Formats: sequence, C-alpha cells, structure tokens
Amino acid sequence: MARQIGLSVERLEDPTLLRGGAKYLDDLSLPGQLHVAFLRSSHAHARILRLDVSQARALAGVHAIITMEDLEAYLGTVRMPLSASPTKAVAPITPYILSGREVAFVGEAIAMVLAQTRHIAEDAVDLIEIDYEPLPVIMSAKEAIADGAPKVRMEAANNVLNRMHVAYGDVNEAFSGAAYVFREDILQHRGCGHPMETRGVIAEPRMDGSLNVWSSTQMPHDIQTNIVEILGIDDNALRIITPEVGGGFGPKYCAYPEELSIPAAARMLGRTLKWVEDRREHCLTAVQERDQFWSLEIAVEADGRIRGIRGELIHDQGAYALKAVNLPYNSATAVPGPYMVPAFEMKVAIAFTNRVPASSVRGAGYPQAAFAMERLMDLVAKELGLDRAEIRRRNLIPPEKMPYTKPLKARSGAPVTYDSGDYIASQEQVLAAAGWNDFRARQAEALKQGRYIGIGLAHAVKGTGRGPFESGTVRVNPSGQVSIFTGAAAMGQGIRTTLAQICAEQLGLTADKISVVCGDTGLAPLGLGGFASRQLVTAGSTVLLASREVAKKAKKLASHMLEAAEEDLELVDGKVKVKGSDVGVTLGELARVLKGAPGYAFPPGLDPALESDVKWQTEALAYSNTSHVAEVEVDVDLASVKITRYIALQDVGVRVNPMIVEGQIRGGIAHGIGNALFEQMIYDETGQPLTTTFADYLLPTATEVPNFETIYRETPSPLNPLGAKGVGEVGTIPVTAAIISAIEDALAPFEIRIAQTPLLPETLFNLIEDSRARGLPHA
Amino acid sequence: MMKQISINVNGVTHTRSVEPRVSLGDFLRHEIGLTGTHFGCEHGVCGACTILVNGVSMRSCLMFAVQADGCKVETVEGLSHAGAPLHPLQQAFRDQHALQCGFCTPGMLMTLIELLSETNNPTEEEVRDAISGNICRCTGYQPIVEAAMQAAKAMREEKV
Ligand code: FES
Ligand code: FES
Repeated sequence: MARQIGLSVERLEDPTLLRGGAKYLDDLSLPGQLHVAFLRSSHAHARILRLDVSQARALAGVHAIITMEDLEAYLGTVRMPLSASPTKAVAPITPYILSGREVAFVGEAIAMVLAQTRHIAEDAVDLIEIDYEPLPVIMSAKEAIADGAPKVRMEAANNVLNRMHVAYGDVNEAFSGAAYVFREDILQHRGCGHPMETRGVIAEPRMDGSLNVWSSTQMPHDIQTNIVEILGIDDNALRIITPEVGGGFGPKYCAYPEELSIPAAARMLGRTLKWVEDRREHCLTAVQERDQFWSLEIAVEADGRIRGIRGELIHDQGAYALKAVNLPYNSATAVPGPYMVPAFEMKVAIAFTNRVPASSVRGAGYPQAAFAMERLMDLVAKELGLDRAEIRRRNLIPPEKMPYTKPLKARSGAPVTYDSGDYIASQEQVLAAAGWNDFRARQAEALKQGRYIGIGLAHAVKGTGRGPFESGTVRVNPSGQVSIFTGAAAMGQGIRTTLAQICAEQLGLTADKISVVCGDTGLAPLGLGGFASRQLVTAGSTVLLASREVAKKAKKLASHMLEAAEEDLELVDGKVKVKGSDVGVTLGELARVLKGAPGYAFPPGLDPALESDVKWQTEALAYSNTSHVAEVEVDVDLASVKITRYIALQDVGVRVNPMIVEGQIRGGIAHGIGNALFEQMIYDETGQPLTTTFADYLLPTATEVPNFETIYRETPSPLNPLGAKGVGEVGTIPVTAAIISAIEDALAPFEIRIAQTPLLPETLFNLIEDSRARGLPHA
Repeated sequence: MMKQISINVNGVTHTRSVEPRVSLGDFLRHEIGLTGTHFGCEHGVCGACTILVNGVSMRSCLMFAVQADGCKVETVEGLSHAGAPLHPLQQAFRDQHALQCGFCTPGMLMTLIELLSETNNPTEEEVRDAISGNICRCTGYQPIVEAAMQAAKAMREEKV
C-alpha cells in the first residue's frame, strides 16, 4: 500500500481553475433563463404603506414582478423554516421569504423582478413605487434589551431572542476566596465573511414537475430540506447542485430567503430563473458576525492561577435568525479554551437589532472567546507583574491531564472533552521559534531609536469535526476509474484532493485516478455540508472506511479469480496482485464482474458492485490547538500598525495533505488580521450600512499581510480512524488576540489598554492621543 | 440602441452588437462565453476581473465593451489550452498552492503577466505591490508571491 496520506499531492482542482474553465454559479447559463433582481428595503425599520409595481411591470423586457402576496397565495406561507435545526422554529424568529408588511433591516427583500436581462431587471426595480412609514430603529444590542426599548419587529414579544446561562463549579466561592479579582469590558466585531464569489441561485423547473436548483452554498442538503418543506415538492423531484464555489467562510452556511423565493417563483411561472448577488447585496444580506459586548471578571490565586471566571455577553443577532443560534453559545463556552478554569459562569443575552441576521464567519464565535480569554491572561500578567508566557504556563492544561473533560456540554449534549494535545509544549516551541526571551532587549534597543515594537502571544483550541456524520460512497467503475460521492461541500479548500488521497492510499492508486463529487443531492442524497472545520474529520473518516471496504471486497473477489489466499494479495497500481509476482487482476476487471451480467451468478459470498457506502458517525469533537506569536511595529504618529513577524504553531492532528493544511492556516491568519485591524461593517444611527464597497469595507491585501512562519505538531486524534483534526478555522482563532497583545506591548510606554476589535487606525490614534494628553510617555 | 463592435480576444475577433452600457467583463463572460474572467465586486476594487487590453491590465468591470472596440484583449483562457502544458505562471501557482477557491486567480494571473512582461526579475516587494489591488480571501497572498517569483525564474531560464 503506497503511502498517500501525508504527501503534498498537487490539487486535482487546479488545472481547470487555472485555465478559467471552472464553472461557478454565474458561469452557468440555461436556455430561456430570466434574470432576477430584488427590491430591497431602504429602511432599517418601517411599515410598508404602499407598493405599486405597475410602472415597473410595464417596462419592456420585464416578465413578472412577484411580491409577498403572490408568494403567500402560492405557498400558503412566506416565513422561512429554521435551518440546521432538528426541530421547527417555535417563535417567529426566521426571516420572510419576501417581506410585505414590515421591514426590519436595510436590504430585506420585498419584491422580485423577473426580466429578460439583468440590466432590465435592475431598471425595473428602480421603477417600483413604495411608501414606507419609518419606525423606531434599534442599532445597539445593549439598548435593545433595556426595559422599555422600542421593538425591532412589531410582531415579536420583545427584543430578546434568548437568554442562556452557562455555568459550572462554585463560582461564588471562587471569587470570595480569591487573592485578586480583575475585570475587563470588551467590544468585539468581526464583520463579514466576504468570499470573493458572492451568493447566487438558479432554479430550473422541468415539464415533468421536477426542479433543479444550483446554489453557491456550503449547505445543499439544508436547502433541499427547506425547499421540500416550503414547496411541498416530492423529494425525488428536487435536486440541489453546488457548482464550483468561490469561497464560503460562513456566509454560505445559511439557507437564505433567495434560495426559496427563486425556486418558488420558477415553479409558479414555469420559467428558469437566475440570480447572482452583487457585492452590495452581499454586504446587506449575507450573514455577519457583529457586535458582542463582553463584561468579564477573573478570580486568581496570589500566584496567578485561575480560580474562576464569570461574566456577561450581549450578542447582536440582527433582525432575524436564519438557523438555530449557536454563535454566542460557541463564544461563551469557548472562553476557558486551553486553560484550567475550575469555576465558570457566563450569562448570555441574544438581542434583536435592526440589522441583517448574524451567523458564523470563519471561526464561528471562537475568535471572540479566545480574544476575551487572552485579554484576561494579559491583564492578570500585567497586574501581577508576571511575564505573559509565564501566566499562561501556570494555567494551561498539562499533557498528563489529557483527555481533559470540562464540565460543559457541547451542542450534542456530550461533555466537552479535549481529546489530545500538549499545550505547554506548544507554547514552549512557539516561544523558542519567536525568540520571546530576547525580545525585551530588542524592544529596548528599538525604543532608543524611537521605534515602538511589541510582541504578543495567544493560544486557542477549536472543537472540530462536528457530527453527527458525513456520507460517502466509494465506487470502482468497470473502466477502472474510481468515484467518490459525498455530502461534504467543496468550497475552495481542496477537499476533493484530500478525499481522493485518503481513498487512493487504500486502493493502491494515486489521487489523480479518483474523481470526487461533492454537494449534489442527486448523487449524495444525505449529508451535512461544510462548516465547523468538519469535513476532513467526518467525510475523511467515511471515505477511509468505505475505501477499506472496497479494498477488502476487491481482494475477496480476486482471491477467487486468482486462486490465491486473500492474505497473499495486495493492491498496487490499480491492480490486486499476488504479492511478489506479476499475477494480478485490475480493479476495473473486478468491477466488471461485480457489475453483473444477465443470468450469471456472482462468486460465492460476494454481492453486487465494487463499492461501499459509509456514514461515519461521531458525537465528540476533535480539538485542534494553536499558539501564535505576533510581532508588530507601531508608528505612533500615524497610528499605523505593521506586522513584522508572525509565527503560528498548530496541532491539527494528522495532516493528510500538508500543502493544503498550510494553505488553510495562512488564509485563516490573513482573515484574522482583517478582524484585528481592518474589517468592520459600519452603520449609521438610522441603520444605513456605510461600508458596502471594498473601498469602504477593508479586506487585508498583499501589502498588509506578512509572510508567516508555521510550525506543526502532530498529535493524532484518538477519536477518528484518520487521527485528523479540523483545520479550516483554526488559523483564524488566536490572531486578533496575538496582534492586539503585541500592539499593547509596543505601546507600553503609553500605558494603553486595548479592549476591542477591530482596532481601526482612528481608534488607535485616539487612544494614543488620550495617553499623550495624560503626559505619556514619560520622558 | 445597439452598437456594433469588434474585439480581438485571445487572437480571435468577435463582432457583436451590444448595448453601450454592457461592461467589457459582461461582454466577455456572457456574450462570447469566456467565463474565466470573474466579477468579485463590480466596482473596481477587487481585481478579480483584471484582463489585458492592448497589453495593459484593466478592470473589465470598469470598462464598457464599446470602449474596447478594435482592441486586443487577453484573458486567462488565452494563457494555455486544455491538453497543453500550463503556462509557467499557472504551473507556479499550482506548485506553490497559490489558489484555493480559484475565484481571484484569473485576475491575479493577468496582473502578474503584466508585471512579468515589464520585469523578469521582480523583487518580492514589487510583486506585493503589483497585486495590492487584487483581493484574495483564501490564500493569505504569500503563496501567490512565491508563485510569481518561481514563474519569473522559470521564464528567465526559458529565455536563456
Ligand atoms: S470585479 Fe472588477 S475590480 Fe472587482
Ligand atoms: S483563491 Fe479564493 S479568493 Fe483567492
């Protein structure tokens, strides 16, 4: 069995992508298609008094205009189902498929225009007449939950979606018996996911009543369930196909109103419809991770060991929830991270505001938890006069305590158990690589020249590989070519190559002999899709087990055909061979036998098809850990931050394709840099979004992102047959914490405390000015 | 009101009647079916739609098709054909893992083709500067820079 796992195999995806031949959603063009454009609310909160589409309808080239009333008459409802949830929504928290009475955020869809061209559709949107009665707008999650606050939506009982209480241990005792208690208030905002390809949907109704839907999504199976529920269509008549996806990063994890309104309208009118979101629409309508207000207290012993943490978190959910809200739950429960925290309590309030719904962006609430916890560690270090690494060393979970169970429950109800990893060794290793101990001397030297340099350290753990399962079928075709069909979603991360490698190793092939189909409900009817850094662990384990089954079956049949014992056979170069001889039979020949021929019996003990179908299950999460060190230089006059060095250590278990892992980590860090310094979705007090272009909403570009130095430890996870842990989000999680810590360190002479992200230049400028006004730095 | 235009794209001349408001990018993508050029923002910032017009990089979302009448346009599809080896820059992108979702890639490639036509020995800083108007959400840029350096070297050696 030639090794494939662990090799940086070139990606199968690349040649087509590099030649411009890949087909993303907007590259598909179907005969007779009409183009869709939406009229979207220009108010953050208003009642719709009048909607007149007559002029727009009269425009040449406009085929139809559909409003909420039309959809309601056709569907019997205009409310979205709650996605990614085992149960239906109990309260009216989901958005409308189209909204017609009251709108609750700028961008909410009100009417859809179907026209010959996109240009005409957009012209017609401008011709729709609409009168609004503005209603009070709530932009702050804090204000939203205050007594007597005006309501974000008139239909809701109040502005609190939910309150959660997460606690364990004796928190009161932890605080009353503490040597020290410190507190910190933090404001965090992560902004938008911004995959470079926006969302888009095509729906093609067929004469036989079937419906094909293409969507640029991470979740084709969720969309399938929603469309079946809303349209009442036969499951077998509906197929969701994911074309090439130009990045996910969270926004494509939700099933959206457009993924229902477009299929519904297509069926209603019997026309193929196509809609491609533009970047402004993406800023207005794709989910974001917005403001979280944190108030935290930490109780420590005299030597800095943690006794307990308690606090509150107010989470800005926006006007609706597209799916079960678990982002703030992730944030709250992830606070203790890699540390031993004997007592813990977080009170979480999830507030409605007049903004687009919030949901996961790469990291899904974990970066905020890491930032909060790491800020506390820095605070304790400063107050106790300890080195920031030393305070962490005293509190990190030591390797001898692995597996380490926290008295917290994961979403599955299973306890949070860290399966493996050596956090202390990880810290030592990254500090050594960074030259942490020599830094003070370098810093003093720089300061003499008037340069402010700083260093920061941050850790994180991330639960990855979320179950309960992922699907996979591995099939050898009579041609000898191998196919994998999986419910996993490809969104640019290279999952096809990774799965092909795993299969190839079992079948004695190379990855390029295998083709992988992802995200097509017609070919893999069951599956969960792409989120929570889960697919390598779940789909990878599924494909590993299925491939082993196929190998076993191939050997069993070959042993009949070759008259050799199974133990004497091996799979090499697409053949099952008698070890140490040239005698063998190809996988294709074996597949042909098991394909069956009319009337001929299979050899004894064998059943049809050289294939295996597996749905590997898990309830537990595999915990990746990561330790990052950032070095920065701050220009105190311009308040500009330059990241001069970045060292990232991660333990993501067994790396199937180290090149792809490295790519994921680097991309994740770059995203974190955006979160630390640039990315903020800004609204004015009336709820108008102000950052709806890439000129206003800043993503990091090549001149702001440094080269990264990466280090990998490989502690295999005992929880899955690959020993893998998830990768996709891991690089992002500690980045804001490491960078902000480094900036604070650089500005130590200014005695600046930074408790927010992102840290935009004007914020930093004001902090520096405030210090100067206080006479700092001392001469 | 339609206007007839002729544009030479990757060596083939296309004559079409278009509305003046059709962007060059839309023309390439939807009129003549070359969908390798992508739109990431349609407002001139992300660089995904970058192509060469008479050898100079342009954002095809910011240019009308009628403005390119009589011009020579090069797109990603012209770099290499399926079945033929990849262009050295494309190969370098593959070797260095300079693409993930591939959406920004055509724009990155065309931007760097222009840079490499101006200098066959760029510094890392020059490369970063050249692509500073191209956004990539996936890679963190470092592998793209490495790919450009590899391609420059390969193209230098090819010439000798
Ligand atoms: S699509 Fe042209 S620059 Fe973004
Ligand atoms: S590879 Fe996905 S945006 Fe660059």
